[in-house]
Amino acid sequence: MRFIKEATIGLLVLFLAALLSACGIGNDSETESSNDSKGTISISGSTSVGPLAEKLAVKYEEKNKVNIEVNQIGSSAGITNATSGVSEIGMSSRDLKEEEKANGLNEVVIAYDGIVVVTHPSNKVKNLTIEQVKQIFTGEVTNWKELGGDDMEIVVVSREDGSGSRDAFQEIVGYTSGELVRSSIVASGNGNIKTTVATNKHAVGFISFEYIDHSISTIKINGVEATAENVLQQKYSLSRPFLFVYKEEHLTNSGQQFIDYILSQEGQAIVSETGAIPIK
Amino acid sequence: MPSPLTEKQTLEIGKSNKRKYMLEKLSARIFLLCALLSVLSLLLIVGFVFYKGSHPFVAEGYSFIDFVFGVDWVPSEGKFGIFPMIVASVFATFGALIIGVPIGLFTAIFLAEIAPKSIAKIISPAVQLLAGIPSVLYGVFGLAIIVPFLQNNLGLAKGQSLLAIILVLAIMMLPTIVTVAETAIRAVPKTYREGSLALGASQIGTIFKVVVPAAKSGIMAAIVLGLGRAIGETMAVILVAGNSLIIPTSLTDSVRPLTTNIALEMGYAFGTHQEMLFATGIVLFSFILLLNFVLAKISSKGGN
Repeated sequence: MRFIKEATIGLLVLFLAALLSACGIGNDSETESSNDSKGTISISGSTSVGPLAEKLAVKYEEKNKVNIEVNQIGSSAGITNATSGVSEIGMSSRDLKEEEKANGLNEVVIAYDGIVVVTHPSNKVKNLTIEQVKQIFTGEVTNWKELGGDDMEIVVVSREDGSGSRDAFQEIVGYTSGELVRSSIVASGNGNIKTTVATNKHAVGFISFEYIDHSISTIKINGVEATAENVLQQKYSLSRPFLFVYKEEHLTNSGQQFIDYILSQEGQAIVSETGAIPIK
Repeated sequence: MPSPLTEKQTLEIGKSNKRKYMLEKLSARIFLLCALLSVLSLLLIVGFVFYKGSHPFVAEGYSFIDFVFGVDWVPSEGKFGIFPMIVASVFATFGALIIGVPIGLFTAIFLAEIAPKSIAKIISPAVQLLAGIPSVLYGVFGLAIIVPFLQNNLGLAKGQSLLAIILVLAIMMLPTIVTVAETAIRAVPKTYREGSLALGASQIGTIFKVVVPAAKSGIMAAIVLGLGRAIGETMAVILVAGNSLIIPTSLTDSVRPLTTNIALEMGYAFGTHQEMLFATGIVLFSFILLLNFVLAKISSKGGN
């Protein structure tokens, strides 16, 4: 019995020591980096832009002695923070509203996000309006013949709740998660949706631009083809800008340099790496 | 004439004995530590799931009854009802039992009682290999073969359905049922069979009237274990389920069982949504606990 006690105590001591030293190391490095850094750029806003901003921040921090804090709290909250100066820069995945612009906010488009509606290659429907897309996904239209296709049932394929692409798609098309037709197939990931649509001639789904290939057929929206070019020219409507918004008086030098970095070739390369559409 | 041990020699023997005992004790402690590790893991997992899963009901004012019996699952609007998923899980599991149990039981009987050694030598390893196939491969098989098959042959708009899940799960539970049931049947004393045959009963009569009833508790255990395998299966199911949020009214409806709800949405979930997925885990866990309880009951009965 005594042996157990000793062994337990020994283990505990070891464990605690390890824990303490780990904490110690953590603290040391933290204080070091904050001492060395020239400043902190605080960024908050959209959860869709967030991952991209995080990635850009990590790459930027590798080369520059600056601390970038990215908080993903939603576009509206980010815009409010940028206006009030709580955050130096706000992130938005939607265009600014008139009253938001009136507060003297500057906006910089750092990337675009494009989503395409896809069907089975054999499907005769090649063009839809946003309104028709909405009717399909909310279950108002349930047969392809109502849209000029063959007489067959529509099988809706959607991403899972919480997915950024799904949020974006619903926001642009204009329906909520509660309105999504209940019998829709729910698949996780763009690839999964593509496979499901590619193997079912009844199916319709949506994916990011980068997943487009010959196994599926892409739908034109109001006659406009889903291409990065059309997104950049703002012709293709299933797209949205990723914005950085800021007020002149709150923006520091390092903040301006970070924005310049994102717009540079190097920054835009990272943008296309993450699957968004670069601005040039 | 061996000389009596000197004092020094006695001391040395004592020393080496001491060392031996120390080693003995040390290994016992190491084994104990290993054994404790699994208990610790269990406690940590259960504790974590229950801690996270109970938070919305304890601290955020959600009602557990609404959670279990609610039919709407719209996390982005704060609606968390998992009733359709509970129904889907139960239907899928029992559907798989209806197909899997007879096939598994007959296979076990065939292997234990009827098959000549040469044939059993082929079938037995095949069944055991089936158990070793990663579940995601069952899912891919289901998606590539079963789903299109159902879609084309039943004239459905989509093959992802309750029926597809049932078929995949039925195949997946076979190895569990066959192996456990076969062991149970083999454990029936030879004298039972000899007695029955001596009284003039046929071989099949002997199997169903004497051997199977004698192995009843083992066979029940096999079924419950198969059930546990089916209800907890995730990766295979997620690919063929369709994951629609409806209460199934027919075998061809696509459904979302409890397991796939967790796996599907955990990636992006945060806050209450994530906690509700853990709560889904609690419900799933309760099912499994119930099954284990039933299994323990069956085993103890078998002992008597």
